[in-house]
Amino acid sequence: MKQFDSGGVGIETRATAPKGLTESDLVRMYEYMVLARSLDERMWLLNRAGQAPFVISCQGHEAAQVGAAFSLQPEKDVLVPYYRDLGMVLYFGLTPRELMLSLLARKGDPTSAGRQMPGHYGSRKHNVITGSSPVATQVLHATGIALAAKYRREDTVAWTCVGEGGTSQGDFHEALNFASIHRLPVVFFVENNGYAISVPQRKQMAIENVADRAAGYGMPGVTVDGGDPVAVYTVAREAVDRARAGGGPTLIEAKVQRLTAHSSDDDDRTYRDPEELKAERAQDPIVRFRAALMEQGVLTEAQDADIRARIKAQIDDATEFAEQAPYPDPAELMLHVYGS
Amino acid sequence: MAREITYRDALREALREEMDRDERVFLMGEDIGAYEGSYVVTRGFLQEYGRKRVRDTPISELAIVGLANGAAMGGLRPVVELMTINFSLLAMDQIVNHAAKIHYMFNGQFTVPIVIRTASGWGQLGATHSQTFEAWYAHVPGLRVVMPATPKDAKGFLKSAIRSDDPVMFIEHSLIYRNRGEVPEGEYLLPLEGAEVRREGTDVTIVSWSRGYYLAMGAAEELAREGIEAEVIDMRVLRPLDTDTVVRSVQKTNRLVIVEESWRTLGMGAEIAAAVQEQAFDYLDAPIARVGSVEVPMPYAKNLERLVIPGKDEVVAAVREVLYRDLAAAR
Ligand SMILES: Cc1ncc(C[n+]2csc(CCOP(=O)(O)OP(=O)(O)O)c2C)c(N)n1
Ligand SMILES: [Mg+2]
Repeated sequence: MKQFDSGGVGIETRATAPKGLTESDLVRMYEYMVLARSLDERMWLLNRAGQAPFVISCQGHEAAQVGAAFSLQPEKDVLVPYYRDLGMVLYFGLTPRELMLSLLARKGDPTSAGRQMPGHYGSRKHNVITGSSPVATQVLHATGIALAAKYRREDTVAWTCVGEGGTSQGDFHEALNFASIHRLPVVFFVENNGYAISVPQRKQMAIENVADRAAGYGMPGVTVDGGDPVAVYTVAREAVDRARAGGGPTLIEAKVQRLTAHSSDDDDRTYRDPEELKAERAQDPIVRFRAALMEQGVLTEAQDADIRARIKAQIDDATEFAEQAPYPDPAELMLHVYGS
Repeated sequence: MAREITYRDALREALREEMDRDERVFLMGEDIGAYEGSYVVTRGFLQEYGRKRVRDTPISELAIVGLANGAAMGGLRPVVELMTINFSLLAMDQIVNHAAKIHYMFNGQFTVPIVIRTASGWGQLGATHSQTFEAWYAHVPGLRVVMPATPKDAKGFLKSAIRSDDPVMFIEHSLIYRNRGEVPEGEYLLPLEGAEVRREGTDVTIVSWSRGYYLAMGAAEELAREGIEAEVIDMRVLRPLDTDTVVRSVQKTNRLVIVEESWRTLGMGAEIAAAVQEQAFDYLDAPIARVGSVEVPMPYAKNLERLVIPGKDEVVAAVREVLYRDLAAAR
């Protein structure tokens, strides 16, 4: 298991396949990362063009999300994401078309039929559970889903994601405590980008690593370089295997970067040092992984160009598809207020 | 002498004046420092007053209010900001079980002089970001609940709220921060009570508060063009609730329309209507009409959201209804 030391930003990204992954899996990881990034960038374009009222980004989190997702089995595991987890939900099978429908709040949006804000991903058929806007509430839901899985003796691991800011909520602490007492099959994945909107980590907690909190609840805690998908995969896989084998929960903290403003409603120039942002951009996880793959001879320039062309076509198609889709039907306003 | 300033600037003036006047007043909340608040009310405050008096907190609403209760018992006068009223639900226990009750439960030994500033509002923000909960807080003895519509009230009420020894829910609205209005030069305080008749009329009374007040005024102007003179009352303070002003108006106009942004079921409108039928039953010439939101969690899609929140047209229609206008026209 790789421990990320905090002085080590910029450490090598590995491109050799660990247990359970082939070289072609590494290329697939890269593809998911590029897809998530490109889709996210298109969403911002639509926002700036006045077509999408709200965007919240995965940019800078892609390696962590995709590395983690590869440790899960979307057919039977349950993902309880938060609003940055575009990379994870793509791996769980939501398509660019579906995600664009959600962004533009169109009738066919499979996550909520236009009811939820963008970024609040949920799709029953994909084992993705929607969250509400109050942060960290999903961590409790994931714990409950793990409780249900254990109760019903199902081979399901619940995986939930939360920002480091969300870990200040009681929900987070109470969930970890409960999950550990009952050795529930759940993994808590903290995507630590160092900010809760404008509030830097040092004003959110007096510790450097969120994962240190695991000790207080009696579960393993691991901090990992979230810019390295293989490193994330490795620790994630270990946690998922342990949860599946009845060994209880794990807290994983991936150190990531927030390469955009908090959301399309935010202007981060008032509180972010441009030098810091520049330094973070230089550590862009996609650039790092691409370089590593090329160095190892796993990816060629031609292959990369081909991947990017394919993804661009897919996103063009998704954009056009969603733009032409109808708005939600007013006659369905009251549908689903109650389930019976 | 009065000047025209925005609702937001009025709030800033109130906070500044009270912070300058009283060392014990300090601000606490999420993103109120460098970010200057979700709705930019605390612009420049961090530079001006420093980190001791302008504290960014972790995302912990329960802790923010609970700590404020403690700090208040410890001799300070905390003014906390909860980003939106939706997130005040996370602090409900500290607001309802503690802030509202400590003075009473200690037989008056401790006061809890806290102000909870938060914002109601909506605008493509989805079901858990668009709610209107003033009625929940107005339900609770021990709390004062203020929901100003105008810059003048915003400033005068906020200053009084900070000086009050009681816990005050001070509810702003995301869609009126830029509204401008006259505000007196120099210091003034407004008592934390009393509705206000803002437009005199003889045919119907329209009652609302916060953003709803602007809907009511818009409707009144439109109705005036067809010869209907509406009296418009801004409730301003929701606990204690000044129903006497409404009753007096209904005794004159004989008809009442209540406008609220929340769901009507068990809302402020229900309470006001109950008071009016108790005290002015014989004066009513028509059933009281209530205009509110459709009873559904708020959808994100713009075309659906528009169906949920009442607009000026719904207010005008309700007035016509209590005046039996459409019936008269049909005859
Ligand atoms: C209970 C609650 N309080 C406040 C907010 C407003 N809010 C939305 S996102 C956010 C910051 C979250 O930071 P973090 O958990 O670190 O996630 P990040 O956005 O950095 O990925 C805040 C304060 C909220 N959604 N819920
Ligand atoms: Mg963060």
